[in-house]
Amino acid sequence: MGVELTTTRLEDAAKWAKQSAVERATNWGRKFSLFTYPFVTACCGMEFMSVAGPKYDIARFGAEFPRFSPRQSDLLMIVGTITEKQGPALKRVFDQMAEPKWVIAFGVCASTGGFYQNYHAMPGADQVIPVDVYIPGCPPRPEQVLDALIMLMDRIQAGRGHSQLRLKREQLITEAAQDEQG
Amino acid sequence: MAAPSTPPVGAPPPGDASSRSLKQLVLGRKDVQDLSDTEQELPPDLMTVNMGPSHPAMHGTVRIVLTVDGERIVAADVHPGYLHRCFEKESEYATFTQVFPYTDRLNYVSPMINNCGWAMAVEKLMGLTGHLPRRAEYIRVIVSEISRITDHLTCLGASAMELGAFAVFLFFLKAREWLYELLEKVSGARLTHSYVRIGGVSKDLPPNFHAELTLCLDQIVKVMVEGEGLLNNNKIFRDRMAGIGAMTKEDAIATGCVGPIARAAGVDYDVRKDYPYSVYPEVEFDVPVGTTGDCYDRYLVRIEELKQSIRILRQCLTQIPDGPIMVDDPRVTLPPKAATYNTIESMIRHFKHIVDGIKVPAGEAYAFVEGGNGELGFYVVADGTGRPYKAYVRSPSFVHLSTASKLIHGHLIADVVPIFGMINMIGGECDK
Amino acid sequence: MSAKVLDALKAAHGDAIAFVETQHGDAIAWVKRDQLLAVATWLKTDPAMAFDAPVFATCIDRLDWKPQHVPPGPQVYPASAAWTDDGAHPRFEVVYQLRSSTHKHRLRLKCAVPEHDARSPSLAGLWPAFEWQERETFDMYGIKYDNHPDLRRIYLYEEFVGYPLRKDYPKEKRQPLVRRDDLPMNPIKSPTGGHR
Repeated sequence: MGVELTTTRLEDAAKWAKQSAVERATNWGRKFSLFTYPFVTACCGMEFMSVAGPKYDIARFGAEFPRFSPRQSDLLMIVGTITEKQGPALKRVFDQMAEPKWVIAFGVCASTGGFYQNYHAMPGADQVIPVDVYIPGCPPRPEQVLDALIMLMDRIQAGRGHSQLRLKREQLITEAAQDEQG
Repeated sequence: MAAPSTPPVGAPPPGDASSRSLKQLVLGRKDVQDLSDTEQELPPDLMTVNMGPSHPAMHGTVRIVLTVDGERIVAADVHPGYLHRCFEKESEYATFTQVFPYTDRLNYVSPMINNCGWAMAVEKLMGLTGHLPRRAEYIRVIVSEISRITDHLTCLGASAMELGAFAVFLFFLKAREWLYELLEKVSGARLTHSYVRIGGVSKDLPPNFHAELTLCLDQIVKVMVEGEGLLNNNKIFRDRMAGIGAMTKEDAIATGCVGPIARAAGVDYDVRKDYPYSVYPEVEFDVPVGTTGDCYDRYLVRIEELKQSIRILRQCLTQIPDGPIMVDDPRVTLPPKAATYNTIESMIRHFKHIVDGIKVPAGEAYAFVEGGNGELGFYVVADGTGRPYKAYVRSPSFVHLSTASKLIHGHLIADVVPIFGMINMIGGECDK
Repeated sequence: MSAKVLDALKAAHGDAIAFVETQHGDAIAWVKRDQLLAVATWLKTDPAMAFDAPVFATCIDRLDWKPQHVPPGPQVYPASAAWTDDGAHPRFEVVYQLRSSTHKHRLRLKCAVPEHDARSPSLAGLWPAFEWQERETFDMYGIKYDNHPDLRRIYLYEEFVGYPLRKDYPKEKRQPLVRRDDLPMNPIKSPTGGHR
């Protein structure tokens, strides 16, 4: 199934993506144990190191230890500029991650391309994969990154990440098909 | 009526090729008869393994296509360019002052040095070299040396982490945070400062700078003691670094290596000593030179350079004079704000500077500084307008990466990590 | 220091040198293309020259060269001359910068290359650092280096068409390799109107 964008607005999700208590509990567990895959390319990597460092400790939020294999991670942090040459590698890494997975575009280069508008820098990583949270800044301050992480955690709790809604939709479609048959 | 007999174990298989035994299938092309039972050999085949372009090591992005024989590398093809952000093309469309943010992002662990290099190249074209106010030169040297310290802390911390020494990474990062905060007070940004301007610097140092920097340096000395104590005589660290990736002095010169890599190989070349610029002739410092050129020597050279940078900073703090921070030349400076808002001539001059850029006379110049990785040069061709006609960066990381395939030849795959870490290939500088 | 190098160069290879100049203290020598390899070999092996350290190799595209504010003095390109098609001012200049680690002098070699025959002899055999830098110049400007051991693109991918640092390549013309399923593969129109 292709990679599709879903609407993650609170009003829309509230209509059809209702969560059961088990789902709420699972999402609570998921949000506090994110395994990040830091797809580090450029200068934002330095701020990512600072966020992971002792002062702006990301370990407080449970997202401390990076897993350098997409098979073992669920949060893809795209840190730095994505170029056209890097596009296939990024898409491949994203495809290899297991659902549910979330994506943070860290920095303005990963969000929109930043002030690199030229023949090689991709105008944002969302040209290739769907992004859940965008962090502007060149590079963003570590406090911004933690704010974005909290924003993402709220989304995970509400079940409104792109991949969660996709799974939810598939689940509802299969349930509806089974209801029809049975 | 004879039952079909199963052949005894170890005997050659009966019949045609389709009924091969399991042993022959597993062992491949070799025939079972050629192998004795004591040999457990598998037929050797070279394997192609891909490392990158998304590295766990936070060095930017490089792809190495390795051809390995077991675990030993027999050939390596290095593919850079995954972070090619078109610095040269963007510079041709930006004014000379607008290029400063792009230079920040070249060697993003020591951004001030890149800024200074670009400013020096344009000043050379305008004939301003040596005419800058002394305070501006001292400020440039101070922030450059602070950037050099952050460069070495990042390089050594990240390399140590990749070899498993996570605590050292955290200690060096803690030290780097202090410097980032200090530079934030000076320039307004933690990492990409864009602080230097053509003809000087943009803002003066903040009021309490001397005391804060002195305190920082004292703390960093303590952090270095801790870090060195954990690494220098650590058997695991030395075994993984010593003897790995050695380079001879002649190779280092012929392949264009500069900076800590060349100095570790025995080449006594430091731009600050051999082609002195700014106020480096007035400060005393030593240049560490290694012997074998392996990774452990590069590590020691960087540690020593860090200490020498601290020494330079202490001297600069005592020697820095008061005075203006920009050269008094209307070709490059913006007029003071009171004049801009009250006189039409100053407003027009301000407008022309911002929109058209500084008019640099036609010609070309190559100016170089000692970056964190060595000779970082800017080759600028100007055509008399406010935008560069060509702005080429002589990036040391690119040159060092070209030696990587030879350095890792014959080593194990696990040795790629310390070699790569000690080359300190910064993606932004390598791929421009 | 730079004057001594230029004088020695002119004395040894007078016919191969088209023009010498000094700009802001840098010694620059314009060499004829077919003699570039001989001159470079002499510069490396002669003990008084001893240019053993390569610094950089690049290229300048003079397509849009319309200089203003030219300082007085002899110029290779006079102030009023833009690039013309008549061969008098070839489009590309291949530039090499060399350094001597023993004598500490520096030299810039330049070689004029016309557009219709964009080739230049490769100096990668003399200085290994130029192997990658010549690949970069080929990638960005399209100059083909004769006898280069491995001439292929280095920064850009194989599927890229064109040479982006030439003045006639628009800055924002993207050639994407991959896009999301719901996005078109066409290059994005720039907010400035696409004129770049």
